[in-house]
Amino acid sequence: MSDTKEKPATAEFPPPVKWVDDRLGIGKLGRKNLRKVFPDHWSFMLGEIALYSFIILILTGIFLTLWFKPSMAEVEYQGSYSLLKGLHMSEAYASTLDISFDIRGGLLMRQIHHWAAVLFIAAMMVHLLRIFFTGAFRKPRELNWVIGFGMLFLGIIEGFIGYGLPDDLLSGTGLRITQGMIQASPVVGTYMSFFIFGGEFPGDDFVSRFFTVHVLLIPGLILALVTVHLFLVVYHKHTQYPGPGRTNNNVVGYPLMPVYMAKAGGFFFVVFGITALMGALLQINPVWLYGPYNPAEVTAGSQPDWYMGWLEGSVRIMPGFESEFWGVTLSWNLLIPALIIPPAFVTLVALYPFIEGWITGDKREHHLLDRPRNVPTRTGIGAAFITFYGLLWIGGGNDLIATHFGVSLNSVTWFLRFAVFLGPVLAFWVTRRIAISLQRADNERLLHGLESGIIVRSPDGSYSEKHTPISNYEAYELTARDRLVPYEVGPETDDNGVRAPRRALNKLRARLSRFYYADAVQKPTAAEIEEAHSHGHDDDLHELTDSDNFHEITPDRH
Amino acid sequence: MSEKNLPVKADDGDHGAVEVAEPIADPGLEPHEYRIQDIDPKAADRVERQVATMFTLAGLLSLGACVAYFAIPRDATLVFGPLSGNANNMTLGLTLGLALFLIGAGAIQWAKKLMVDTEVVEYRHDANSSPEQKADIIGGFQEGVAESGFTRRKLIRRSLLGAMGLLGLPAIVLLRDLGPLPGRALYNTIWAKGIRVVNDVTDRPIKPSDLIVGQLVNAAPANLAPLQEESAVEYQNAKAKAAVIVVRIKPSEIRTQAGRENWGVDGILCYSKICTHVGCPISLYEQTTHHVLCPCHQSTFDLADSAKVVFGPAARPLPQLPLAVDSEGYLVAQSGFTEPVGPSFWERG
Repeated sequence: MSDTKEKPATAEFPPPVKWVDDRLGIGKLGRKNLRKVFPDHWSFMLGEIALYSFIILILTGIFLTLWFKPSMAEVEYQGSYSLLKGLHMSEAYASTLDISFDIRGGLLMRQIHHWAAVLFIAAMMVHLLRIFFTGAFRKPRELNWVIGFGMLFLGIIEGFIGYGLPDDLLSGTGLRITQGMIQASPVVGTYMSFFIFGGEFPGDDFVSRFFTVHVLLIPGLILALVTVHLFLVVYHKHTQYPGPGRTNNNVVGYPLMPVYMAKAGGFFFVVFGITALMGALLQINPVWLYGPYNPAEVTAGSQPDWYMGWLEGSVRIMPGFESEFWGVTLSWNLLIPALIIPPAFVTLVALYPFIEGWITGDKREHHLLDRPRNVPTRTGIGAAFITFYGLLWIGGGNDLIATHFGVSLNSVTWFLRFAVFLGPVLAFWVTRRIAISLQRADNERLLHGLESGIIVRSPDGSYSEKHTPISNYEAYELTARDRLVPYEVGPETDDNGVRAPRRALNKLRARLSRFYYADAVQKPTAAEIEEAHSHGHDDDLHELTDSDNFHEITPDRH
Repeated sequence: MSEKNLPVKADDGDHGAVEVAEPIADPGLEPHEYRIQDIDPKAADRVERQVATMFTLAGLLSLGACVAYFAIPRDATLVFGPLSGNANNMTLGLTLGLALFLIGAGAIQWAKKLMVDTEVVEYRHDANSSPEQKADIIGGFQEGVAESGFTRRKLIRRSLLGAMGLLGLPAIVLLRDLGPLPGRALYNTIWAKGIRVVNDVTDRPIKPSDLIVGQLVNAAPANLAPLQEESAVEYQNAKAKAAVIVVRIKPSEIRTQAGRENWGVDGILCYSKICTHVGCPISLYEQTTHHVLCPCHQSTFDLADSAKVVFGPAARPLPQLPLAVDSEGYLVAQSGFTEPVGPSFWERG
């Protein structure tokens, strides 16, 4: 950053800014951050989408609270939607109908709110995948990974409670399922259920209770976590992809003021604009079609919002196991798919940075991102996770798959019962092999250059293809990564013959580390590159140069 | 940035750690290339006009949104072939959405095309504190601890920790009144001896002759409807447990469970409608197989065989309600359910 302009000898803020600065010292804060540098890459805006949809959710949510009545008191509907006129329903449902039909802009805000919620969770998930596959969670950012994961978790609960509030038939069905799971939990299940719902299901408490959780508790927690999350992004500075001039101890990009203020600020309006257009054109959660909640009714093909689908699938494909012993009932058919697998999966993902850090023994700070292909095992693990999640998610729609594709529901379910175990393993190996192949292709490109498509025939009749060498910048970019060396167990005993502590644990760690790194293709050494290039120079046929004349025939090949 | 965090060597060995700049030396940032707008003022002016046009249109669309709000009746409908929508919602959303979008698109265009696009380099700092800072804070902390006597005065320390720990108890106890204790609530429904089975839409009692073979009727106890007048919540809670299905099957196809020989009336059987998995009302009946399927998780029960589970995640058959006919010829319950209805629970046994 070369500052050619003279700085004024004495400078003073304009009066209003001075007033604030005199009290808050905002100049000190701004000095450091006004021109803060952010690197540029499309994948860095995924988190932004999540942040912006959260802001949109708050704005539209406030609008909705002005009319929504979080009460389960029974009323007779007298609004303008004639098909439900005169029906008994809860105030919550009636006020949702009012927002949809009698408040101008109400339906729009409801639909923007719901679309933004769906987008919020989708954006967080894709952002999480980006962080995972590029290794951005490594030291010093492990805690920010956990915080981000916490927000995703809270966001899912928030979304689920949110679509439970209108008290329509679909939301009631979702709550009934949740209540059934709570009730079937071991030991405390019935008590939990009675305390959460204020007695038997459905009762008349949950809408007002869930409303407070939905508009105050969880948004407050998410807001606090967002603040810490962003503070840490500023503190750690953003990661960047490796490339010429981009090192582990700098950050290259454009300044916040003005470029990112305009780009990121503008992007907020783009996201808001798109959700508003979706709210205008794409119907979502038309509660008036479902009718008020009735515990004796349900719609075939009931589906939760997309992010609940994997839990739904987990419950659907589980066989019906239940044990009765010592006068109690243990519902494995709910315990395993709802209370064991999802928390275990979620915990594993949340702790992944620490697990990988321990296995690789890598304690350095990382600010340069990995290309997914360059860490084949991690990329494979990511693919396995996605496959597991995806198969459970498909399970959540097993009935719709059966009816839409004309296959047997039972076959779909049985297929998934095995596929959730085999699919991830298969995905792991395939992805890992693809990553390794891509690494080989990179090395090939580095050592021998690009295929030019020009085939040359030598005087003795053999054919070969000319290669164009890649630029030094690209060559650097391809090699700007670590050489991955597996963790090794030290000698069994030290110099004094004392056995090293935690021998078994270290052996396990070394084995895991070999599994992580051993098959990855290392980048070539300087000598190998030199060798490959000199080979190219010896052989005029091999390398395409500017002075190349296609008619020239060199006779000294073989 | 201190030495140890540079990508040269790990601080505890040589695993996972090799110089990044090897085997090719870092050539430094690629030279900046000028854009056409940087060189040709006309091109720059063109971009300015684009951006200004987007901003102007956005302003006009905001006004348009206000017009749409007042001018378009809230029950007007727009129809495009097979698609239709509320006109007020659509015009309001389109104008607002486009206004927002154009403000964003204009700002991004401005940033990408006109703002200076030379890359700037900023250096990173260690995430951890410097040794001096560490020494400072450790010194300060130890002084504070010593001055408070926290480690020395064990009595204070332990009694304080105890007091703080016990504060957790009232915090939990205060939540006690969130709901009543379960008691026997989950074991009972409002079904009892002699309660008539009524159609759950018409509330009319059912005679065996009303049902033909293969028919399934959603039903409720006759004492449910009067509850609605008394208390809406009692009504909903009772309904959530008492809903039943009444089905008529050819007697020769029924496999009666021992002890349930007289629970049906001429092949008419009555089962709880509440799924034993997580409590959805089961509703999809297939006449030819006598299977009923829960639309939530696809548990399938065979109504001709005591509603045993034939597929899906449910573990228990649907509870059966013993039926009889009263003096006027209507279907009534012989008793309440003989086991709890709905999802399993721990104490169920």
